[in-house]
Amino acid sequence: MSFKGSVLALAATALVALPASAEPVKIGMITTLSGPAGYLGQDIRDGFKLAMEMEGGTLGGVPAELIVEDDGLKPGNGRQIAERLITNEGVKLFTGIVFSNVAGATVPDIVDSGGFYLSPNAGPSNLAGKGCHENYFVVSWQNDSLHESAGQNATNLGYKSAFVLAPNYQAGKDAIAGFKRYFKGDIVGEIYTSLDQTDFAAEMAQIRAAKPEAVFQFHPGGLGIAFLRQYQQAGLSETVPMVVAAPSMDGVTLAAVGDAALGLNVSSHWNSDFDNPANAAFMKAWTAAYDRPATYYASQGYDTALAMASALKATGGSLDDPAAFREALRKADFASVRGKFAFGPNQHPVQNWYALKVEKGADGKPELKTVGQVFEDRGDTYAAECKM
Amino acid sequence: MTLFLEQLLNGMQLGVTLFLLAAGLTLIFGIMGVINLAHGSIYMIGAYAGTYVAATTGSFLLGIPAGLAAAALTGIAVEFLVVRQLYDRDHLDQVLATFGLILIFNQAITMIFGRQPLFVGLPDALSGSVELLPGLFYPLYRLAIIAVGLLVAAGLYLLINRTRVGMLVRAGSTNREMVRALGVDIRLLYTAVFALGALLAGLAGYMAGPILAVQVGMGEQILITTFVVVVIGGVGSVKGAFYASLLLGVTDTALRAYLPGLLRQVMVGPEADALGAGISSMGIYLLMAIVLLIRPKGLFAGNT
Repeated sequence: MSFKGSVLALAATALVALPASAEPVKIGMITTLSGPAGYLGQDIRDGFKLAMEMEGGTLGGVPAELIVEDDGLKPGNGRQIAERLITNEGVKLFTGIVFSNVAGATVPDIVDSGGFYLSPNAGPSNLAGKGCHENYFVVSWQNDSLHESAGQNATNLGYKSAFVLAPNYQAGKDAIAGFKRYFKGDIVGEIYTSLDQTDFAAEMAQIRAAKPEAVFQFHPGGLGIAFLRQYQQAGLSETVPMVVAAPSMDGVTLAAVGDAALGLNVSSHWNSDFDNPANAAFMKAWTAAYDRPATYYASQGYDTALAMASALKATGGSLDDPAAFREALRKADFASVRGKFAFGPNQHPVQNWYALKVEKGADGKPELKTVGQVFEDRGDTYAAECKM
Repeated sequence: MTLFLEQLLNGMQLGVTLFLLAAGLTLIFGIMGVINLAHGSIYMIGAYAGTYVAATTGSFLLGIPAGLAAAALTGIAVEFLVVRQLYDRDHLDQVLATFGLILIFNQAITMIFGRQPLFVGLPDALSGSVELLPGLFYPLYRLAIIAVGLLVAAGLYLLINRTRVGMLVRAGSTNREMVRALGVDIRLLYTAVFALGALLAGLAGYMAGPILAVQVGMGEQILITTFVVVVIGGVGSVKGAFYASLLLGVTDTALRAYLPGLLRQVMVGPEADALGAGISSMGIYLLMAIVLLIRPKGLFAGNT
């Protein structure tokens, strides 16, 4: 499916204030909207749009046009869309990519052509260290941080041994490596599942036999839903607590899993219950606009729009001087829904990580509650390797 | 020992789920000569329709007729509107058309239900575990799936071997032209077989709902494995599909459960894990290759 939605709103006041930029700034959003992972891109897009609508269709008072394209989770598609937007539409400002493999194929082309890319999700290690670029910003996180925070969380919770599982592909291996980097206990079992696997009964039996104090697993999307249900059905959720990183348990997964998620330990950089004015405004607007739970993907789309808006405001909507735009972006002069937020030396976030727990809410439905902090002002493992 | 028995049950449970899908697929392939890639979509439709009804009414039982009816009606519609035009075409046209159906069904489901997976709980009566042997606890729901799968297999056996319809089905899978020449309304038979296949796929989809994720594209995940079952069992043979499903289910589960452990005896930990995971995900395809080397037409070809 090819979805092209364009938000073109020329606020009269903005036009009067900025007569020089009559042409709206074009923003290319390449994201994943089709297939089982389609809700990730959908939430990023809608979070971004929400920030624009709250400012009357502008970004920082600058009229903006959002061009949304579906990459279908295919790196080749992402790259083609980027090339088309750069040459045909003259787009210089990009965002939206959900998956690291698509980002890896698309981002280098964008930044090499002199464009800017702000990542609302994927933060692969190869672009965070030696492969960093002055026009490449990541608003979400560096991939490893997700799982490192889960490892630290498990250590903080006092677990002495853990059983780890992830699908047998790059992100799965990174997840287990990241977890191990900060988990101080013993790994009593390590299983790489298959990416097309939907039945985990064999793994459940092995977990039960190994008797670990905790289980860490990374299974994004539908795989995670199946895993959690089967974990509960096997009776393991009562005996062995589970520690996961944010991608294994977002608002959508939670709604699909239901009570099977109760007691789950999650580590994340954002949660819907964060008590700060920016998040309150975001949650209010999201609940009013959409009839579905706000995921952290939505919060990242929203934050990305705010980051872009802050830089566009500083340069008066002009991208003609890349150095000025870059400087403005680096300041991260916006109120993130996460609270404290800054860019590190490799232009990846320096932020806090929190421990969340799935508990029964006031309405009896399970919800994610923030219970503590895991890391403070944390950058990432690769920042030192980045030379700009 | 209890661990081994548990893994054996896990393998059987995977096997009977595969069988419900493969039985329809092999009949459609064997009797009509149609490669129906949309079989996985019918599995998904059964899961969505049943789960939706179960979630709105709160009754797991009411979901069963809903899932079965939706799947069977979709099957009949697909046969009537699309597949019927393709009987005389070559396999490539059929693959193309039924692949198109996958895209259409996936998009339609996305438009109706959205991209979020549906939630379905276990029925209360089946939510616990039972102690089969001392120390061997097994989820009741999975036992129920095994039981339903075996019942369906027995029912199909009786239907195919003891009834007039079954006789026509067997005849049709051996020599289609002769059945037609004898004056049997082959079109009606085709529609009936297609509907039956779709019904079983819908049943598999609905039963898998509480275990897996009810989401767009769930059919494609299991379709490839189902084709492997059909090929190993012998095209057109329901008996073959039954044994091949169980063989595949148990092999796949055993490899995943034991291969990394065995390799760790002779290799370093991480390498053994990676190699074990690699080989066990190839396992069923290796099995298929071996079977095809020995019996190129599958284990039970030609003696349905």
